[in-house]
Amino acid sequence: MKKNNAVLLSAPYLAWMVAFTLIPLGVVAYYALTDPSSGAFSLGNLANLGMYLPVLWQSIVYSLVSACICLILGYPVAYFIAHCGPFAQKFLYMLVMLPMCMSFLLRTLAWVGLLQDTGIINSLLGKIGIGPLTLIRTPGAVVLGMVYNYLPYMILPLYATIVKIDRRLIEAAEDLGCNGVQVFLRVVLPLSVPGILSGMTMVFVPSVSTFYISQKLGGTDTVLIGDVIERQFKQGNNPNLGAALSLVLMLLVLVCTSILNRFGGDQEEGGVVV
Amino acid sequence: MSKELIRLRNIRMAFDDEVVLNDLNLYINDKEFLTLLGPSGCGKTTTLRIIGGFTTPVSGDVLFNGVRINDVPPYRRQINTVFQKYALFPHMNVFENVAFGLRLKKIPDPADPTGKRMVKLSEAEISSRVMEMLETVSLKGFESRKPDALSGGQQQRVAIARALVNRPKVLLLDEPLAALDLRLRKDMQNELKRIQQATGITFIYVTHDQEEALSMSDTVVVMDKGRIQQIGRPEDIYNEPKNAFVADFIGESNILDGVMLSDYHVRFFGRVFDCVDKGFAPNESVDVVIRPEDIDIVPQAQGHLVGTVTSITFKGLNYDIIVEFKGFKWLIQTTDYHPVGAVIGIRLNPEDIHIMHKSEYSGMFGDYSSYSAEYDELTEDAGDEEE
Repeated sequence: MKKNNAVLLSAPYLAWMVAFTLIPLGVVAYYALTDPSSGAFSLGNLANLGMYLPVLWQSIVYSLVSACICLILGYPVAYFIAHCGPFAQKFLYMLVMLPMCMSFLLRTLAWVGLLQDTGIINSLLGKIGIGPLTLIRTPGAVVLGMVYNYLPYMILPLYATIVKIDRRLIEAAEDLGCNGVQVFLRVVLPLSVPGILSGMTMVFVPSVSTFYISQKLGGTDTVLIGDVIERQFKQGNNPNLGAALSLVLMLLVLVCTSILNRFGGDQEEGGVVV
Repeated sequence: MSKELIRLRNIRMAFDDEVVLNDLNLYINDKEFLTLLGPSGCGKTTTLRIIGGFTTPVSGDVLFNGVRINDVPPYRRQINTVFQKYALFPHMNVFENVAFGLRLKKIPDPADPTGKRMVKLSEAEISSRVMEMLETVSLKGFESRKPDALSGGQQQRVAIARALVNRPKVLLLDEPLAALDLRLRKDMQNELKRIQQATGITFIYVTHDQEEALSMSDTVVVMDKGRIQQIGRPEDIYNEPKNAFVADFIGESNILDGVMLSDYHVRFFGRVFDCVDKGFAPNESVDVVIRPEDIDIVPQAQGHLVGTVTSITFKGLNYDIIVEFKGFKWLIQTTDYHPVGAVIGIRLNPEDIHIMHKSEYSGMFGDYSSYSAEYDELTEDAGDEEE
């Protein structure tokens, strides 16, 4: 009886999952494993992926760099918020969340307006006789876009983890002879590891598959795997190849996240679901 | 033996205008087992945190071996703490938890003749000291367990080992046994006392459990409302409580209004009793404290007072009976059975009547719930009777 109720209550979600996640996944797998012209089963698409390995590698490097920058920028912020008073904590938490209330596309487009050759930054620099600098269509701009868009996903799980660290553990460490730096390195940092892992995952995963950021802020040499996949579908070149690339990317993300989770061991997850 | 180690001088502490410690003065001798005892909110934990260096007093001095240490951070003090709920590091196993303090320690390099260069302890020394300490607290074989895989009693012993392995001059213990069940608590009390005697480390122990305080300590400091009420040996605290609060908090007491007529003569319940106290002003109002186990039950005709039994509870060793005298309820402990409704007489020996200066305090910690309210109510009536 109870079990039946649970199934009944979750039925809408299950139907949604089947219609919009499971079936599309099946379609992707079908395209990836069929020949474009004959429609017969084929591993040809996967065999042709070799030439895209450099792009895939570039995507991973960009995403890892972004995730690391997010960690370096985000950790002090999260640490600071976690040590504020209850009211300040709520206020600062809201400030971190605020950009996420605005569309991801708008946020990225805003950076185009800021960075382009005739944009705000360059015209201001022009007034004092500098520039115009090449800001847009550079690897730096792509990484900037990733960091800007995904930084909250780093701060929030870090904050959630740090705020839960028992104050008495810090006092115990001081009691046993730790100065401030040692308390941080020996107690606070190790206990933040679950938050760090969850933040890294939540920045890395959307970064590695993005195409919009690289299209708007990147140039011809900053093509990411997401761009390649999009092009295979949109410009009608080869949906089968696009599907094969998607499949490989998805596997890669799964492998990365499971490795990260293994690292975290049995620690409680302090993350926020996107 | 009795060399002064720590002195708190005129310590005052307040959080947000709320006074927590009020002009506190206390000294603690080397190798002493001293207990801060009192109800929650009396300031005992704050006192401990001031000694440990986790809280800085608003005013007053903390002296260690005669040197003021108010501004010395916890990690520079020769003091270690066993925290309430243990505060073990969850990301480290038992061995690493115990080794934590030793890994931070620096000693003069034995190879350096000037003795100025400092080096860390060798891994071999750390290992042998940790293992020795784990043996002392009977936790050999648990080195690689994580704290969450240990029982409460085991965690507690890790916390003690983690503090003691540093060989501090002073060990602070903040209600370390509060989370354990009764049986384990008794065992650990004996264990702690044994460790304290074996190591010669000064223990400063915080508890709200009066039995624990009496059975373990060399010196008991009874605190209430941010003030020290009495300092003394456990026997003195119990036998010669200085005021009604101490009398009621330590053990159980019947506290009555009385008038000191002259030295050795006190009047209460409209009758004059001989007592052993003196030095009060003539006709001074006083608190009269009588321990429930000191009251002798006699046949009606021989009694100083005659009352009616209103309830009886079997306690194992004795019966607790509540006896009503002219509207007052007394707790009396006796080994004989007296049925409800029985009319009995009681006798009070002069040495069992304890006279104290009047305090505003009135019976909060009596075990018989009817007492406080009725006491307040009936005091006025009794006063009228005496006029």
